[in-house]
Amino acid sequence: MSVPDRGVNGERWLRVVLPIATLLLGVAIWHLVVRIYAIPPYVLPSPEAVAQTLVADRELLAGSLGVTLVTTFEGLALAVVGGVGLAILFNLSRLIEYSFYPYAVILQVTPVVAIAPLLLIYLPTPAAVLACAWIVAFFPVLANSTLGLNSVDHNLADLYRLYGASRGQLLFHLKLPSALPNILAGIRIAGGLSLIGAVVAEIAAGSAGAGSGLAYRIAESGYRLNMPRMFAALILLSIAGIVIFFALSGLSHLLLRRWHESAIEREQ
Amino acid sequence: MVGGGVDQTDNAPRPRMPLRPDGPANRGRPPLSNGAKRGIVPAAGCGQSKGARLPSHSPSSLRSAGGPSVVALRGVAKRFANGTLALEDLNLAVRPGEFVSVLGPSGCGKSTALRLIAGLSEPSRGEIIWDAAGRNGRDRAQAPRGRDIGYVFQEPTLMPWSTVEKNVSLPLRLRRTAASEAAPRVAAALERVGLASFRHAYPRELSGGMKMRVSIARALVTDANLLLMDEPFAALDEITRFKLNDDLLQLWQALARTVVFVTHSVFESVYLSRRIIVMTPRPGRVFAELAIEAPYPRDEGFRTSAEYAAYCRRASETLSKAMAAAA
Repeated sequence: MSVPDRGVNGERWLRVVLPIATLLLGVAIWHLVVRIYAIPPYVLPSPEAVAQTLVADRELLAGSLGVTLVTTFEGLALAVVGGVGLAILFNLSRLIEYSFYPYAVILQVTPVVAIAPLLLIYLPTPAAVLACAWIVAFFPVLANSTLGLNSVDHNLADLYRLYGASRGQLLFHLKLPSALPNILAGIRIAGGLSLIGAVVAEIAAGSAGAGSGLAYRIAESGYRLNMPRMFAALILLSIAGIVIFFALSGLSHLLLRRWHESAIEREQ
Repeated sequence: MVGGGVDQTDNAPRPRMPLRPDGPANRGRPPLSNGAKRGIVPAAGCGQSKGARLPSHSPSSLRSAGGPSVVALRGVAKRFANGTLALEDLNLAVRPGEFVSVLGPSGCGKSTALRLIAGLSEPSRGEIIWDAAGRNGRDRAQAPRGRDIGYVFQEPTLMPWSTVEKNVSLPLRLRRTAASEAAPRVAAALERVGLASFRHAYPRELSGGMKMRVSIARALVTDANLLLMDEPFAALDEITRFKLNDDLLQLWQALARTVVFVTHSVFESVYLSRRIIVMTPRPGRVFAELAIEAPYPRDEGFRTSAEYAAYCRRASETLSKAMAAAA
């Protein structure tokens, strides 16, 4: 037993160490390239300069990060409520589904960058940014939830019918738990997309906006050729995206680990 | 195994039965020579006398019309929306306390008949009569919806997100039975199928046979008098199936329930039932009935007896004739 054990542990260890090693290697090459070719910081700042900016501008950047994260989570929350809610309505009534589904698709396929300027004209900037985040995040939740709600085991549905289940019992005891893996998959996609929607809208809002999110900082730093801050803000955005993804994956695992195939580790 | 005539579904030659008239009034009637054999009771039309040429949908032709029945199907036909005629003029009665198997080839409408009885589907023609004299005590023609039926599917059909206990208590929870009343019944049902110690396990942690036991416990938990089982053991390995067959018989004897057991296995139907209803290929009708007069309790001794082999041979022959008659 000890031999396969060591193999499994070894592989798990490599999965953590290798990406970190790659990162360090990348940073080292970045550092050397800037050093050897003496690239000026307004073209490509060195990793140290970016790190220094992260520390020096921490209050400004943290505030901006907060603004963007709040928008992202509000957009995600609205997308979950709206997406799951509409999916339930679609499931209850074919007529509602036929009436509205095409427009949900249109909302999804129209690039949000193209919608953002329009929203910024009609809505106050924070609301417009939130609306953009919602528009991008909403569809994956809707599509996955609809799929999940429509994929309920027919025999189980028959069983519920046999025992005279009410519509509410059918929804809350059978359909929603059965659709949960799909709903969570949708939310996981939506988390990243909500951040993208917020960033796109912040950039579209540009200097005109009163908002001061991270993307706004990137646009602003671009105008001022403050490249280290641009990089710092970009790194923070990436980290935010990664944290959101892992947090939602963790939530999904937590909710499904007892029963769903996706969350169960198989014995080798 | 004995009597190898189970799988004569498609490629077996189908000779015309010389003694069988082909008029529409005689559809569903087995060859006359067959009816004379001991134990084989012709289905519709031939119950009273061989010479009587009653149309098979006549209520008086129903063999069990005299005795009380839990539920009876009369002249039931079912055509699906896609035009498939699954059942045609199906007449059968389920008597209180009996273990009756419905035997027929795949696609002959056995499952459809079971779904009709359960009220999960409506007949296109004919009627389903719930006998007031039966222990269900419901109004005639009124399916005891959500009441006195336990249903076991071919698949265990468990909710993977719920524990064994929650799965078994589902029928009670759907009827909003008080938890104080439900808990002992769930415990008793799990005890009956030997899974009391697995009540907190999730379905994925159980073997195929154990999942099926959970499914049976769920069907028992409401104290339903009528148990409808749709090829429940078809997907299990033979050793597990034999074990579950024995356990099911014990449950049936201990609880005095009525069981309608759909199967395509001649051996299983002979081992389990008191009466076998043999159906024709689609559109399904009752071809013949076969009484299995071996006493209960039945066990391994019965499975290896000459009597069992003889019954299996007879059931196989009847099934083959049902296939041939449909050609």
